[in-house]
Amino acid sequence: MTQTLDRHSGCSPSIDAGTYTVGPLQSGPPCCVPEPLIRVTNLSVSYGDHPALKDVTLDIYKGCITALIGPSGCGKTSFLSALNRLTDMIPGCRVEGGIRIGGQDILAPRLDVSALRREVGMIFQKPNPFPLPIRRNIEMPLREHGMKKRADLDETLERVLTDVGLWAEVKDRLDKPALALSGGQQQRLCIARALALAPSVLLMDEPCSALDPIASGIVEDMIAQLRGRYTVVIVTHNLAQAKRIANYAAFFWLRERGGTLVEFGHCRQIFEAPAHDLTAAYVSGMRG
Amino acid sequence: MFEAGRFAMVRGRVLEPLMTLAVWGSALLVAGAFLWLVGDLLWHGAERLSWAFLSSSPLNAGRTGGIGPILVSTLLILGVAVAAAVPLGLATAVLLTEFLRPRSRFGRLVGLSLDVLAGVPSIVFGLFGNAFFSVFLGLGFSILSGGLTLACMVLPILIRTAEASLRAVPDDWRLGSAALGLSRTAALRHILLPAASSGLVAGLLLGVGRAMAETAALIFTSGYVDRMPSSLFDSGRALSVHIYDLSMNVAGGDGNAYASALVLIGLLILINGTALYLAEHWLNRRIIAP
Repeated sequence: MTQTLDRHSGCSPSIDAGTYTVGPLQSGPPCCVPEPLIRVTNLSVSYGDHPALKDVTLDIYKGCITALIGPSGCGKTSFLSALNRLTDMIPGCRVEGGIRIGGQDILAPRLDVSALRREVGMIFQKPNPFPLPIRRNIEMPLREHGMKKRADLDETLERVLTDVGLWAEVKDRLDKPALALSGGQQQRLCIARALALAPSVLLMDEPCSALDPIASGIVEDMIAQLRGRYTVVIVTHNLAQAKRIANYAAFFWLRERGGTLVEFGHCRQIFEAPAHDLTAAYVSGMRG
Repeated sequence: MFEAGRFAMVRGRVLEPLMTLAVWGSALLVAGAFLWLVGDLLWHGAERLSWAFLSSSPLNAGRTGGIGPILVSTLLILGVAVAAAVPLGLATAVLLTEFLRPRSRFGRLVGLSLDVLAGVPSIVFGLFGNAFFSVFLGLGFSILSGGLTLACMVLPILIRTAEASLRAVPDDWRLGSAALGLSRTAALRHILLPAASSGLVAGLLLGVGRAMAETAALIFTSGYVDRMPSSLFDSGRALSVHIYDLSMNVAGGDGNAYASALVLIGLLILINGTALYLAEHWLNRRIIAP
């Protein structure tokens, strides 16, 4: 059973608008007037004969943080990878259904995938800065995408590193290898690298799970601050984290042969008044 | 139970020293063989080594004089081999690792042919080079023929090491660069090839070492004219061919054969040392260390 919020369901008059955003940060567009930026319809992903995700229909709202929760192997990462066509990289991976971002069909075979991936950035579970100096980690993709002027590059470098709270820490060692940074710093550098390309959507695949609690907290605060400026879709196994930062939550579960979406709704509703028994059991820690 | 335990201890007490002896003995044997070889070469050849020996032309069929033209020919042959094999080898390795699906039919076919090629005796390469480059392509006995034949011979080593070092580059970086919308070319140029470079350089130097030590593949292709070559279309005698000729065909050529072998071994040690140094220090440091 899949549920989709229709575009104005959040505005039902009986519910107070302010209760929907969870966590201290309220920047960004008010989420009670949700405007879907990404519309996923009947999405299925399979690897060879093995279905990973079946028949997911879901809207992702502009400027909000949507958390994907659920046990491992239920297709959350496959869902995420379909949104920037990273599934193309996996031999034998098939994606069916529809994904429209800002009205554009991104599963169209002739789509400019490079442009899509600039628009839809991705952060991975394990920080993956390139084996290059810190500066070149940010500049190399920019140059490849046509930004050549020194002044532009310097401005972007400082801006994105400041955005992720890394500027003060690294401004004196921009030419040192990025791999010498700590795990949390590396992850923030990766987020800065994605931000530098001015995406509108950021996909995050358990961005904090490889970090220690302190670094994880810093990265989490940073992600919360992206609300409003970017549309964030984040996979997390940390339910408390989802509760703290997300506006919306989607609960996935492994059904017979392949993961599927069980319930989607406002974060608070998913955690406090889940409509589905499985969701209730999972968020209360009884299952999964 | 106690008995069994005690028995195990006794076994340990006997086996441990035996193992220690065996591993140390084997290692010493290997090192000893190498030292004996170098020592023997030094004993017989060191006195003849001089700048004049390295720079002057061989006289009296090589019994006296030096190895100047032979060094030049050797380096030219190596240069041709490297210039031909490196682009081909790198491109094939990139195809195998970055473009073909793992275990694709074509990839396995290429892999199989490489493994067969790697096992082909060098004399067969020599005859093939003679038939193909010297006769069919009309290059005759020339440095070009010899270099191209060597290129065919070292390609399997080059491709296999390049493939292994590219495969050792974590997929995180491939996914990361794809997720940034970078083209495969950009990912290769900025990230994958530099990250694999220590392996690539080590593989290249291994190939160069193998090529430099090669004799059989060169006799029928680059020939054994010991004059200073004036172009790549001239025949030129490689160092290993010179050693073979002096020790097998020239009575009284042993002294210079020893000295030439010493030069060859010296060059090989130099190349392998450089490979090790590059792999351990320079390239890794550039990537990881602060």
